[in-house]
Amino acid sequence: MQILYFGRLREVFGRGEEFLTAPADPTVAGLLGVLRERGGVWATELAEGRPFRVAVDQEVAPADAPLQADSEVAIFPPVTGG
Amino acid sequence: MDSKASVAVQTADFDLAQEYARLAGDATVGAVVQFVGRVRDHSEGSTVSQLTLEHYPGMTEKVLQDIGERALARWNLHSVRIVHRVGPLDLADQIVLVQVAAGHREAAFEAAQAIMDFLKTEAPFWKQEATPDGSRWLDAREHDEQAVQRWNETPK
Repeated sequence: MQILYFGRLREVFGRGEEFLTAPADPTVAGLLGVLRERGGVWATELAEGRPFRVAVDQEVAPADAPLQADSEVAIFPPVTGG
Repeated sequence: MDSKASVAVQTADFDLAQEYARLAGDATVGAVVQFVGRVRDHSEGSTVSQLTLEHYPGMTEKVLQDIGERALARWNLHSVRIVHRVGPLDLADQIVLVQVAAGHREAAFEAAQAIMDFLKTEAPFWKQEATPDGSRWLDAREHDEQAVQRWNETPK
């Protein structure tokens, strides 16, 4: 699946996108668990309680939202447009 | 029938007279509110010299369209137009336009304010400011979260 990063998180993670195979637990929470296991900024920025948002197929999604192999997942900071 | 909500996300500037001209000759429109957000020269105590807006192509347009449709469903409006710029912007540049046309002013004023409140908390844009201390990403403001609650929508 495609994972996109935006704003400050794109900079901190040093990438705007990457492709991963679906996690064993195919949910948003499962994916976040895989990313946190990388440690460093991944563990810090994606820790519970940090103010990031996740969208699945371009809609904001909760932790228990299911993921498919072809899902487009985006992880980003709270929005600051307008 | 085409939706009465129309949105655009673009690097180019927008022209207020041209946007207003969309309503020319339509006598059902008794009130038009145009709100423009611009690049300020200060933010959180620092001088700002430039602003760069990043967005999530695809999702941004969908969210703006959804915000427009929700305003149309809630207020008695003729039309909603939302234009938001992305990319590098200079001081005093226009960032965002919300244009609401209605039969009467109450609906037009309220809807314009609500649309901006929704946009600030839902539309996937991120601002990076250039300041004398280097560039920094803007943090979301608690004030914006509170402002949107006045419209009392059930969170999605």
